[in-house]
Amino acid sequence: MILEAHDIRKLYGAYVALDSVSLSIREGEFVSIIGPNGAGKSTLINVLTGVLPPSGGTVRFKGRDIAGIGTVALTRLGMARSFQLVQIFPELSVLVTLQAAVISRLGRGARLLSSLGADREVHADALEVATLFGLGDKAHALARELPQGDKKLLDVASAFALRPEIILLDEPTSGVSTADKHVVMDILVKAAKRIGLRAIIQVEHDMDIVFGYSDRIIALHQGKVLADATPAAIQADARVVDMVVGRRRH
Amino acid sequence: MSGRLVLAAALGAAVLAPLVAPTYQALLMLPFMAYAVALLGLNLLFGYTGLVSFGHALFLGIGAYTGAFLTSVFKVRSMEVILVAAAALGALVAAPVGALCVRYVKIYFGMLTLAFGMVFYTFVLKFYRLTGGDEGMPFLRPALVGRSLEDLPKTDYLVGPYYYYSLAVLVLATLVMWRIVRSPFGLCLKTIRDNPLKAESLGVSVPRYRWYAFMISAVYAAAGGALLATPTGNVDPTLAYWTHSGNIVFMVLLGGFSSFFGPLLGAFAFIFLQDTVMSVFPYWRLVFGAMLAFIVIFAPSGLMGLFARRRPVETSRA
Repeated sequence: MILEAHDIRKLYGAYVALDSVSLSIREGEFVSIIGPNGAGKSTLINVLTGVLPPSGGTVRFKGRDIAGIGTVALTRLGMARSFQLVQIFPELSVLVTLQAAVISRLGRGARLLSSLGADREVHADALEVATLFGLGDKAHALARELPQGDKKLLDVASAFALRPEIILLDEPTSGVSTADKHVVMDILVKAAKRIGLRAIIQVEHDMDIVFGYSDRIIALHQGKVLADATPAAIQADARVVDMVVGRRRH
Repeated sequence: MSGRLVLAAALGAAVLAPLVAPTYQALLMLPFMAYAVALLGLNLLFGYTGLVSFGHALFLGIGAYTGAFLTSVFKVRSMEVILVAAAALGALVAAPVGALCVRYVKIYFGMLTLAFGMVFYTFVLKFYRLTGGDEGMPFLRPALVGRSLEDLPKTDYLVGPYYYYSLAVLVLATLVMWRIVRSPFGLCLKTIRDNPLKAESLGVSVPRYRWYAFMISAVYAAAGGALLATPTGNVDPTLAYWTHSGNIVFMVLLGGFSSFFGPLLGAFAFIFLQDTVMSVFPYWRLVFGAMLAFIVIFAPSGLMGLFARRRPVETSRA
């Protein structure tokens, strides 16, 4: 078990955002978390990534309690995330953005007087990730000047450049045109294999993406786990289909 | 003309200035060089980390008072010792002040730095027996590279050995800062400036790196303060007053905070413009106030923005 949450509760005052949520992520899994707005998906991601401490329960990553330890510490442990709203460094180029992730991973951020430009390892690593995500030809373009789809790719690519063991993607295809969604997901899956990612968790609204790529689906409803099963089992569960998934056209 | 040629020309002009320019103009270069050192540090915080300090005169004051104490109380006259001590004391004070300030951003950070600056100002103003209060303290002529130079007339000392000493310190400070902003550390600061949330998600400890930048900027400001006080031969609390902090922020804005050399150009323009305007118009602050409004509204990239219309692309080759 690489990531395990047990009996998680998260309260905002009297409002219960998460109520006795338990889940476990195994080696090699691609898990999607789905649910309607207000189901607690983003809160769950924030608790799993150590941004928010749970009001109760435990979160263990590689056997270690990580509840509320913070993003930076979790990143060092091998967990990365991307955001629902695209997060980039507008004034930095694609390559430099990826270099920032690489130097963070290599623990070289505190090097005060060494030349970044002369660090071939960082340069090569960043360029490899850029190429992997189809951004190689835009390596020197400013992030703010990229099309929206490429911004999203850069956001996800920078998380991959950390070469994490597990990655949590908050709506990786939001803001991406319908035509490009599968392109983005294919790139993402290919990159995950290339860097040896141990597990992927995504929050996603697009059911074609969810059912097309997931090994397992966790459906949340009003802060509780409604179902935790394979795509086929979810599809066969009328209650989940009605409350969360909706009738899909084939 | 390429940037390197402009730089070489500027350096050449600075080297030749005491030989060819009127003494008065050469003397004006001294505060420029002192401020330039301080501004290199301030801009690491402002332009590269995205934090605007309105209290950096605190560190200029610390540097100046360190020199005054060393020369007039402890009889230490070596400028090298003064600079190292000023930098060390600047870092010592910046450690707790910065640790508190970097927990806040935007206006709260600015106001907190302003508050600490005013605490120091009040301290040096009110502790008369220790600091001389509003009369200040003498900053005796320091020896340069082991040479006392006491026999030289003051002007000859200032436009001669002291001028070139200041220039050497400025060049060294510039080279070190150039290296810092192009290091992995410098890149981490830029990520924080652009998007702290994203920087944190990539494993960059935002408060820690802001604190480092604050400390480095304090070291530069303290060294600049020691250089600034030497020509006047006296230090007083106005060095640490909030309007002085405002002046150095103005210099950064005037030159352009998004460019490495912008603040240096800003310091140069400020010193010579202030002198010119003061000589023809008594209400020079009125003119500078109008200029500040103009820059913020019409030229947010400062004077450097007039030469390069946009921020240079940050690439690995930069």
